[in-house]
Amino acid sequence: MLAFILRRLAQAFVVMLTVAFIAFMLFQYVGDPVASMLGQDATTEQREALRAELGLDEPFPLQFARFVGNAVRGDFGISLRQGRKVSALIAERLPATLELSVAAAVVALVVGIPLGVYAALRRGTFSSQAVMTLSLLGVSLPTFLIGILLILLFSVQLKWLPSFGRGDVVSFGGWSTGLLTVDGWKHLILPAITLSVFQLALILRLVRAEMLEVLRTDYIKFARARGLPDRAVYFGHALKNTLVPVITITGLQLGALIAFAIITETVFQWPGMGLLFIQAVQFADVPVMAAYLCLVALIFVVVNLVVDLLYFAVDPRLRIEKPAGGH
Amino acid sequence: MNTTTAQAAPGALARFLDGDVWHSFKSSPMAIVAALIAALCVFCAVFAPWVAPHNPFDMAAVSLSDARLPPAWIDGGQRSYLLGTDDQGRDILSAIMYGARISLFVGVASVLVSMVVGVGLGLLSGFAGGKVDALIMRVCDVMLSFPPLLVALLIDGVGRAIFPHADETLAFGVLIVAISLTGWVQYARTVRGSTLVERNREYVQAARVIGVKPSRIMFKHVLPNVMGPVLVLATIHVAAAILTEATLSFLGVGVPPTSPSLGTLIRIGNDFLFSGEWWITIFPGAMLILIALSVNLLGDWLRDALNPRLR
Repeated sequence: MLAFILRRLAQAFVVMLTVAFIAFMLFQYVGDPVASMLGQDATTEQREALRAELGLDEPFPLQFARFVGNAVRGDFGISLRQGRKVSALIAERLPATLELSVAAAVVALVVGIPLGVYAALRRGTFSSQAVMTLSLLGVSLPTFLIGILLILLFSVQLKWLPSFGRGDVVSFGGWSTGLLTVDGWKHLILPAITLSVFQLALILRLVRAEMLEVLRTDYIKFARARGLPDRAVYFGHALKNTLVPVITITGLQLGALIAFAIITETVFQWPGMGLLFIQAVQFADVPVMAAYLCLVALIFVVVNLVVDLLYFAVDPRLRIEKPAGGH
Repeated sequence: MNTTTAQAAPGALARFLDGDVWHSFKSSPMAIVAALIAALCVFCAVFAPWVAPHNPFDMAAVSLSDARLPPAWIDGGQRSYLLGTDDQGRDILSAIMYGARISLFVGVASVLVSMVVGVGLGLLSGFAGGKVDALIMRVCDVMLSFPPLLVALLIDGVGRAIFPHADETLAFGVLIVAISLTGWVQYARTVRGSTLVERNREYVQAARVIGVKPSRIMFKHVLPNVMGPVLVLATIHVAAAILTEATLSFLGVGVPPTSPSLGTLIRIGNDFLFSGEWWITIFPGAMLILIALSVNLLGDWLRDALNPRLR
């Protein structure tokens, strides 16, 4: 167990270092900070002086070490487009994206798992067929079209819900939340649904497939033979054993949620990190791109680590097999 | 399966018509409908300059007085603009055909590039083994741990930063590279898996014994036998690549604005949603869904048809 955790930590460290290196290479080879800071008319001496001041004349490994040191402290320099500290920009956008992603994940799990169980237990009925067809549509529809269709229906035609921004937010220290006002909740509904559709369909299909698989196994037949009520068989035995893949996918999809949030935030002009990133890509704003990349990679690595550790909590077989076999 | 699959023997068509795949196709209504829709979309896209009622890029033929006309069956619509016009007076139906052409081109080109890269690296990985294998598979692991869209966006962003004043051809190149670099991993993994199985087969050993060069064994003997799953992957991947392109274009970082794809059309139409001109965005969206759904259904069917275990 300990060896496993240590190995995973080492792996995570290598991935982070790789990502940091990519971000560093972005700074090195994309655009020249000296040229953009001094302008066209600067003399060679001025350039050299600034170069020395910024530490750009130092050997490569030293520069990389400095970059990593700064990155760990959250210092990615100044945004080329907005002229503000990148860390401040990200910090101000982070709450919006996290609230949106978590809301979407909750919707996907709370709706997806029961529907998946339902579609598995009532296999072949009309309603479960309908659920499966809808879920196929959910996987095929691009996120931005779902957002546009929802806006068209609920904002333009019915005029029930707003389609733009976060609405009223309340600030606590550095954290601004839309969850404390009615207006904030109203603004959250459409983006959260849009973002959740793909994950919801994925979780639904996964739960259904796993349930069907598990329901065929001997221990389910045995549990039935022992005279356990259906509810205990389905939820106590079957559902519990489908949860390992569900946790994996949900965990891995949390990263996908953050990536898809870029699209959702663009459609709904939701002031989160995704909108910041897409503007950075449009204007080749390297510091913001690098910072976003590192932050998202960090979230990914942490989530993957947590997912792996959760395996031990959910699947007892992993705990037992370990001492016997090892790796 | 034997190595003759790679050679186009004279009776290839006859054998195909008599084969399992064709029979399975004929007995699956879903596959036939999907194939018809996909064929229609591809036809309209490829022959857009000849079948489209208007040329949306011909500035002389477009007039602003025709801007924002609704579809023909709604009051105020004109018969010559079946699906209405956009903000510049361009015919939506023609714009969709031309847009689908660009979307299909980018999608198919990206799939071809990722297929070549992925199959090549997969073959190498499975055939060489050892350190090469370990390195390629580690790269795959890292790639897989990030969502494709994010990787595509990043490569696209880097491309934009390196070539700030790229012309149209270069912009397309960057976009295709960005999309294909996210897709090759699946091919590499699939091909590596099948190669590991194939390389221990008797025909490979026989080839080795008679002294065939490893590179020749790789491409002439092993490759044809690992292509089945690759074709299935490629079909489904075309739909995914088209959607990725549409998403990037919708976000404003895809194809250059001078050659609008379906995603660009949807992006343009999005600005007119609130003034009631829904047709500018909904019709290109519907076309996108039609293409993606029909290609996906075809891919699903092909996967089942080529998988003998499912019969």
